[in-house]
Amino acid sequence: MERLRRTMMFVPGANPAMLRDAVLYGADAIMFDLEDAVSLKEKDTARVLVYSALKTFDYSSVETVVRVNALSAGGRQDIEAMVLGGINVVRLPKTETAQDIVDVDEVITAVEKKYGIPVGTTNMMAAIESAEGVLNAREIAKASPRMIGIALGAEDYVTSQKTKRYADGAELSFARNYILHSARAAGIAAIDTVYSDVDNEAGLRRETELIKQLGFDGKSVINPRQIPVINGIYAPTVEEVQKAREVMAGIREAEAKGSGVIAVDGQMVDKPIVERAERVLALAKATNMEVD
Amino acid sequence: MTNKQSATAGTTESSDIMITLKPNQQGIQVELESNVKKQFGEHITALITDILQRLAITNVKVEAVDKGALDCTIKARTIAAAYRLRGESDYEWEAINSWND
Repeated sequence: MERLRRTMMFVPGANPAMLRDAVLYGADAIMFDLEDAVSLKEKDTARVLVYSALKTFDYSSVETVVRVNALSAGGRQDIEAMVLGGINVVRLPKTETAQDIVDVDEVITAVEKKYGIPVGTTNMMAAIESAEGVLNAREIAKASPRMIGIALGAEDYVTSQKTKRYADGAELSFARNYILHSARAAGIAAIDTVYSDVDNEAGLRRETELIKQLGFDGKSVINPRQIPVINGIYAPTVEEVQKAREVMAGIREAEAKGSGVIAVDGQMVDKPIVERAERVLALAKATNMEVD
Repeated sequence: MTNKQSATAGTTESSDIMITLKPNQQGIQVELESNVKKQFGEHITALITDILQRLAITNVKVEAVDKGALDCTIKARTIAAAYRLRGESDYEWEAINSWND
């Protein structure tokens, strides 16, 4: 079953209390930030602090992601420490081309080989934050077998587009749709940008409903308060869960009988319907709804 | 190895520890300030001393201001301060990682 990535919470790498507590808020993934959240003169201390946290705390209930610095700005050392710490995913910021991913992949491979970690253990994702990056999203998404997702970073993107963020999100329409298509064509996750106005819950709801409708897996989160709001919007309705259970029961019955095509409630059930039902049940389970 | 006059890592925020290292002539001396010194003072001092010894730092005065840091934070801050004192930025990750075994 594919991992859920409804919420990916940023955790500043230089803050010991947040590293300790990050796992408690119910995010599907936590993203340790060694890049923008850490001042230039604290890059060394944050790196070893996150390494030490990875070796100490039980993060097994979440997917661990690290936002590393560019390879030319300490990224190599970040990657060595994080891969050694057992991070699940290395997230490259400001990805512009497929070559950026290939370069990081090579560094990860070298570290995995150096420490006897099976090559390919560490996954990657790319944040796309510019026009160039958006237009190359398709190649970026397929640039490495390590890739598990691409994410839109809207703040830098809208600035590069000579605009700003508006409530209706029209300025992000092309980027969102192109990133989503690129992700789906590559069979990986699409993660939407942060909603930075943390006090505006209605705005967060509107934006999350929009990106869920488009098909995004979830959003990046900058404040734990946003997590239940987003997870709640991704929760299926009781009717959807009931329908999904009927579909899965129908499939099991058909398999037992050895018949191919089945119908539930007079409607033909084929592969896409089964996939949707599986996703509904996974989302329901993650929301602690009754599914069995 | 270019030893600096002093080096600091960490903050005095809650759950953190600020470690300052200064060259010393008489081995490792730890001066600890902590709200939990009565119960954990010896443990924190031993932990800092152990990390410094592993990094082959044998003559140093340590000023530690603890705000309820966990062991993993104390370790990370001590390592960072030690590398800063040596003026080195490339960590020996292989060695550091072996301490977890």
